[in-house]
Amino acid sequence: MWKHHQKLERHSLLLVIGILVVVSIGGLVEISPLFYLESTIEKVEGIRPYTPLELEGRDVYIREGCYVCHSQMIRPLRDEVERYGHYSLAAESMYDHPFQWGSKRTGPDLARVGGKYSDGWQVDHLTDPRAVVPESVMPPYEFLAKKDLDYRDIADKLRAQRAVGVPYTDAMITNAVTDLETQADPFASGGTALKKRYGQKVNQRDFDGQPDKISDMDALIAYLQMLGTTVDFSTYKADAGENLR
Amino acid sequence: MANSNHDKPTPQRDEISGVDTTGHEWDGIRELDNPLPRWWLYMFYACIVFAIGYWILMPAWPGLHGYSKGLLHRSDRGELSVALHDLSAKRGVAGQALVKASLEQIEADPKLQAYALSAGASIFGDNCATCHGTGGTGGKGYPNLRDDVWLWGGDLASIEHTIRVGIRSGHPDTRQSQMPAFGRDQLLTGEQINDLTEYVTALSRRKASPATVSRAAPIFQAQCAACHGADGKGNQAVGAPNLTDQDWLYGADRNSIHTQIWNGRGGVMPTWEKRFDTATIKALTVYVHANASGR
Repeated sequence: MWKHHQKLERHSLLLVIGILVVVSIGGLVEISPLFYLESTIEKVEGIRPYTPLELEGRDVYIREGCYVCHSQMIRPLRDEVERYGHYSLAAESMYDHPFQWGSKRTGPDLARVGGKYSDGWQVDHLTDPRAVVPESVMPPYEFLAKKDLDYRDIADKLRAQRAVGVPYTDAMITNAVTDLETQADPFASGGTALKKRYGQKVNQRDFDGQPDKISDMDALIAYLQMLGTTVDFSTYKADAGENLR
Repeated sequence: MANSNHDKPTPQRDEISGVDTTGHEWDGIRELDNPLPRWWLYMFYACIVFAIGYWILMPAWPGLHGYSKGLLHRSDRGELSVALHDLSAKRGVAGQALVKASLEQIEADPKLQAYALSAGASIFGDNCATCHGTGGTGGKGYPNLRDDVWLWGGDLASIEHTIRVGIRSGHPDTRQSQMPAFGRDQLLTGEQINDLTEYVTALSRRKASPATVSRAAPIFQAQCAACHGADGKGNQAVGAPNLTDQDWLYGADRNSIHTQIWNGRGGVMPTWEKRFDTATIKALTVYVHANASGR
């Protein structure tokens, strides 16, 4: 048997083919089922695509590298559930391209930070983290409040998301700019239409405390304030057989 | 090269170690054809056998409509729900009692109170300290919870209600009030606001110009007294602070007071009803109540 193996070892082309075969088996077994198995993603109520403002906020989150220090993945472990709340579901990142699970927690997990703190606290904290949390090592992001959000290409961003499977409708794409401006203005008239498209739970507020301006901070806080809030856990049966992993 | 690539390598015996070489030679370097160490090889075989056992016992292989559940039917999520169940059993009698007892009963029962206080301390650290400070002493815009000054009431029931529904939180029953932005929304003139600032300064028994104060008195009665009271002592039903004490949420100096009348800021406290269960809210209430002075 070892004599036959020598043939593989001594012939580079055969070796390359052999490696490809072995790696493909691993890939086929581990990756391809995720495309056809319907049980991978839990059936839950409430999951919706990001609103245009939240999507921009998510881009700010990625641009500033928040994922380097913050995870968005509460693992099914007792202590994590005690501290952060219900463990993260696959369904909760089904419209994330790419997902923000992260792998390091220099700061706390953010998967359920939505609604945990007030908008005002988020502004204070992003402006100067140590003003509210003295032991924090987070860098300040006060420039986000000064910078006007550049959302000229928001409709294209929605289109790109739709191309990879996020169910944005034509109406959502046509109204992307209006929806974005509406969400950052509590007095805007488009609120009803925005909520009709994205659901009643959408927060429509002036997130950064600057009513006359849509800043990067508006977008980021809008994103943070919806994290982990969409799933209706009152209708989710965590212990049902199909939801156990 | 001693051997051309097309020749079959001819193994030779290495004289020093007595082991055969592979027969290759590059620039005068030859390699010994030692077999793999036995212990390593047997570990490798053992791992293969272990993997087969693991496939059978644990969830492993994907199929067309699901995956092999394994003979042990192990599930991380299932184990978590057992672990959480054990936790509530460990918290046991005290945890159960917390749900049943009224807040007053918890405070009256030393054992129960001690339990609530230690549970409350850890919940406070994880959730409340971020705004109210590690010691609960607050900061600008975040009320101090260690003193005897309360915006929405400092008795047990009020504290519990505040934790439950929050303040301007979007909860359907949230504690809600909004001070008008007298300057920004042009409800009062700049001069009137200057006068009011002087009046409020005088309310907290500080030096102020008497002429200005008397000029501002009717404005205060017309615009502010509905919430803050005719005497400025506030009203906890609407979260209107007492203006006659030395406790200032947004700053005590004239400039801060002026800014507050101009903009009418009001803080937001989130609702905790969905994050915490009843026992947790009660423990937290008892903790906050016990740590405030003037209890």
